[in-house]
Amino acid sequence: MTINVYDNIVCPFCGCLCDDLKAIISDGKIIDVKNACIYGLTKFLNYSIERSITPVIQGNNGRDNVDLKTAVDRAAHILVKSKYPLLYGWSCTSCEAQRVGLELAEEIGGVIDNTSSVCHGPSTEALQDIGESTCTLGEIKSRADLIIYWGSNPLQSHMRHLSRYTIGAEGRFRKMRDDRTMVVIDVRNTYTARVADFFYQVEPNSDYELISALRLALRDEEVEQDEVAGLSKDEIYDLVNMMMRCDFGVVFFGLGLTMSLGANRNIDAALSLVRDLNMRTKFLIMPMRGHFNVAGADVVFTWQTGYPFAVDFSRGYPYYNPGDTSAIDILLRGECDASLIVASDPVATFPAEASKRLVSNPLICIDPHLSITAEAANVAIPSNFVGIESAGTAYRMDTIPLPLKKIVDPPEGCSSDVEILEMILHRVRELKR
Amino acid sequence: MSIEVTLITGRSTSQGLGLELGKHSEKYKRGVASCELNIEDMKVLGVETDDLIEMSSECGSVVLRVAELEQAVPRGVAFTPNGPWINSIICSSTSGTGMPRYKGISVKIQPVKEGLVADVSSLVEADKSDH
Repeated sequence: MTINVYDNIVCPFCGCLCDDLKAIISDGKIIDVKNACIYGLTKFLNYSIERSITPVIQGNNGRDNVDLKTAVDRAAHILVKSKYPLLYGWSCTSCEAQRVGLELAEEIGGVIDNTSSVCHGPSTEALQDIGESTCTLGEIKSRADLIIYWGSNPLQSHMRHLSRYTIGAEGRFRKMRDDRTMVVIDVRNTYTARVADFFYQVEPNSDYELISALRLALRDEEVEQDEVAGLSKDEIYDLVNMMMRCDFGVVFFGLGLTMSLGANRNIDAALSLVRDLNMRTKFLIMPMRGHFNVAGADVVFTWQTGYPFAVDFSRGYPYYNPGDTSAIDILLRGECDASLIVASDPVATFPAEASKRLVSNPLICIDPHLSITAEAANVAIPSNFVGIESAGTAYRMDTIPLPLKKIVDPPEGCSSDVEILEMILHRVRELKR
Repeated sequence: MSIEVTLITGRSTSQGLGLELGKHSEKYKRGVASCELNIEDMKVLGVETDDLIEMSSECGSVVLRVAELEQAVPRGVAFTPNGPWINSIICSSTSGTGMPRYKGISVKIQPVKEGLVADVSSLVEADKSDH
């Protein structure tokens, strides 16, 4: 029996990209992973569950197992024939795969969108309107003395965020739990709220009102109502005073703000609040990015096209207009006539009407999981797991790039997303000649 | 008896683990096809943990299991993990943002005896057969 131990493994689960994991490999199988949260550990130990390693195409008489070349050929024919294909997903794969995806989208004149579209897309729209005061998680770990989680429940979504970067972290200048104050603002009294020093329970769909009241109080103007969004006037002034009196504050915001009434306007207001706070003290804001490389998708899309998501190449040049060129809107208008899904499961995650549109047209899926989308696809091409079976690059939620490592061999014949996409791109170019 | 509440969807541990254990796993199905309600709202509806309720929005209805309350929800709020079950009643309109509203949705809840779709594949087949 051969035991190999790999240190400093980067976890390919959430946007924290914890880079201190230790993987123990016995005879080519992962038998244990140290330092990971329950999600990371579950991924490393169970990634082969519900997996197919054989490409499948939908034939006249049902689904047929085929070789990779045949599946790539069928996928390329679908994409070349399509007048307005949608290329969606990209947040659970490497930056290298995202780059090839963008090249493919340009080649076929399609729309390429990533899962930001139904996650922190509204945040990005607001960042483009207002701007952002931000920094790295390392600075927060070393210096932040006021941590606010707003509409975010990291103890269920980013389990090691608190211990690695905020109240549990031993930073250079802030070393102890008592050196920091933690505030949670949420509709529910969540697990995260229970470990906070202060919890403010906001009414659903009322974040915009609360942020506006905080901005009023911050500017020494009178909040006229006795209660705003479920918080008393005294609570609002207490919270503002806490914000003003800290040395280095940060707001981590989650989908509680982006998915509620107001969407990007909630983020506009939150960014403006933080901008206002910088007239009094040092204050920063950061979205809690979910999938392990959704931040990378935004970064790669931006340096390739100028735009972070929802990029339309049908005019021959990149065009961006969320609400128009975003995946759900294109599906609802019935405009796209074929889809390529990479490293995402939109049939399970989109609202039913959008899912129905997706499965009603030719659908190609590249994913290491036997996802619900892969099961519904006309062409399903299994890939290997980046960060476990192949190497690549991913961006942490603070847009720091980190290397994903290969620690075990993939099943024989199971290629990476990059290799499969390059094969499709090559075949598309052959067909277009 | 029915009540009107505000629906919040989001991450739950079983939903997060289900992403890796597989969406056909029992853990995923049990965790995701469920709904957490305030104890007072459960009393009004006359339901207990593991009873079934039907949740309806302007875009559809779905039957869910009443889950044990993990994290307190205020009265008038229901929490359901993200997933294909609840997505069958989420409206697709994005109001020009690209993002449908997955949180803060007005829904009606009433107790029912049956109707829980047992398997995620059945939901997808229903999607396909609609076209």
